Amino acid sequence: MKETPLSNCERRFLLRAIEEKKRLDGRQTYDYRNVKISFGTDYGCCIVELGKTRVLGQVSCELVSPKLNRATEGILFFNLELSQMAAPAFEPGRQSDLLVKLNRLLERCLRNSKCIDTESLCVVAGEKVWQIRVDLHLLNHDGNIIDAASIAAIVALCHFRRPDVSVQGDEVTLYTPEERDPVPLSIHHMPICVSFAFFQQGTYLLVDPNEREERVMDGLLVIAMNKHREICTIQSSGGIMLLKDQVLRCSKIAGVKVAEITELIQKALENDQKVRKEGGKFGFAESIANQRITAFKMEKAPIDTSDVEEKAEGIIAEAEPPAEVVSKPVLWTPGTAQIGEGIENSWGNLEDSEKEEEEGGDDEAIILDSIKMETGEVSDIGNQDAPIVLSDSEEEEMIILEPDKNPKKIRTQTVNTKQEKAPSKKPVKKRKKKRAAN
Amino acid sequence: MEWATQTDTKVRTETGTESGPRGPGCSLRHFACEQNLLSRPDGSASFLQGDTSVLAGVYGPAEVKVSKEIFNKATLEVILRPKIGLPGVAEKTRERLIRNTCEAVVLGALHPRTSITVVLQVVSDAGSLLACCLNATCMALVDAGVPMQALFCGVTCTLDSDGALVLDPTAKQEKEARAVLTFALDSVERKLLMSTTKGLYSNAEFHQCLAAAQAASQHVFRFYRESLQRRYSKS
Repeated sequence: MKETPLSNCERRFLLRAIEEKKRLDGRQTYDYRNVKISFGTDYGCCIVELGKTRVLGQVSCELVSPKLNRATEGILFFNLELSQMAAPAFEPGRQSDLLVKLNRLLERCLRNSKCIDTESLCVVAGEKVWQIRVDLHLLNHDGNIIDAASIAAIVALCHFRRPDVSVQGDEVTLYTPEERDPVPLSIHHMPICVSFAFFQQGTYLLVDPNEREERVMDGLLVIAMNKHREICTIQSSGGIMLLKDQVLRCSKIAGVKVAEITELIQKALENDQKVRKEGGKFGFAESIANQRITAFKMEKAPIDTSDVEEKAEGIIAEAEPPAEVVSKPVLWTPGTAQIGEGIENSWGNLEDSEKEEEEGGDDEAIILDSIKMETGEVSDIGNQDAPIVLSDSEEEEMIILEPDKNPKKIRTQTVNTKQEKAPSKKPVKKRKKKRAAN
Repeated sequence: MEWATQTDTKVRTETGTESGPRGPGCSLRHFACEQNLLSRPDGSASFLQGDTSVLAGVYGPAEVKVSKEIFNKATLEVILRPKIGLPGVAEKTRERLIRNTCEAVVLGALHPRTSITVVLQVVSDAGSLLACCLNATCMALVDAGVPMQALFCGVTCTLDSDGALVLDPTAKQEKEARAVLTFALDSVERKLLMSTTKGLYSNAEFHQCLAAAQAASQHVFRFYRESLQRRYSKS
């Protein structure tokens, strides 16, 4: 499905509102939308909501052999998916420019900033390392995908626990969660992306643009930063020229936003851990707001299945017993047998038609032959006189559609038309040439 | 026999990984549903059955690609996305089963030459995933206001080696089971719309499972009704 284009008046309205320092959702220029983090029952599963933008993150791990040039380092893999659920314009299984750009930015933000200690993921140097895979699914697109995805990725990584492993000599033991508590990943710092949208060649700036604002913006600046105010990645796109002061001001704002978000993430992680420790209820079921009119819950319901057997017996008793078929294999010829009742073979009729077709096919072959030759010459003539080609092609179609017609007749017809339209000697000569070439 | 099955279910509940204990006999896990939680799709629903959770989004009736256009009815498309990795054969079969079920109830003839797209995202799989997908699909279709001749629900049941029947199994129960049967039933006559089975079972056991699923479907439909009543209530 195609994206609904933004109308000119909508565009003008948005830009004028931005000029007047107003935003459609009532935010101020530097306001970030509300961030909500909820965790699933599994480790490493979270949903991050940034306003209406929603990203599902899931971390999984696997023991693999390491890369040849990095024998002692674990592997980190990021995969952001733009599901069609998020917006109708996203097609499933297509690598769009936006997707490639976002994935690359995520990798730069999280892998290249070395926020995860990859050496601690090594089990046996050169043989077995952990591969950590971060799957991010965009569920709803309301702008600023990258910020939401980067928060979801780092939250999922912080929440994740991998199975414990022990190495004794050559023996590697993998423990199930029941045997030993899974261990968290060692995370050095938490880089978070903050996006800035620029309008009117950088005159106006907005933090955390929503979908509508993203559509009318001129340029985008993404700064990935951790709470120690260390810049991990900075990317400017859209082809706007920014002044040094602007970038510095953005980095200052990013510092403030990142500090706020990091605090929120830590609070959410602590809260989830506390609930898990106390044995309380956790998971997405608990994060559904009860007071919402669109939400509804039902406690587990017992179902009376005492009469199931009687019902089943009743149905079977009522049902007619299946007709008993005693299959006696009949050996026709060695290697060919028949099982079941000897029903008249309906394929017999087909054979007849096939025969007919074959006969027809012979005719066609002749015709095709003639066409080939004719088209060969026509293409040469066609350079001089275009309409001939058209008329000829019509003839071709006519011949193929009606193979029953007498081929000779057609042939004479075609030749006649030729003679009418083209000089009489020329085609004959050319035909001879063609044959010689073949 | 009856006694044996009951003790069996008790043992299973104690070893189950569910956060809350399951009662004796057959029961459905706790249900939760939230509709209209996504802003972009025309209809959306998140459905939870115990720890299994599926999010569904519906677009439609909407513009259709010319190559997929059907001149006398709506083109129904179902996309199921796994949580980890790329969709594989298992997802494709589930997509097909869900699509066939939807095609049986959605009145596509009312919207010819349009597309109705259902996108499903597995949020967590803790057993009875297909049943949960079906329930989420139905709630999302209702939210999108797609005309249907009946509602539908999915119920999974398993038979273990003693022939004991378990409704709405957890992932562990599914793994240990001898046979896993999933049914889709309609709300009007509780008729079977789709059934898919795995494992070995007898004819009698199939009918037992079907009867149990029909009994369970009443609870699911009551849940649908109550959640919609709440949604369209004034308070």
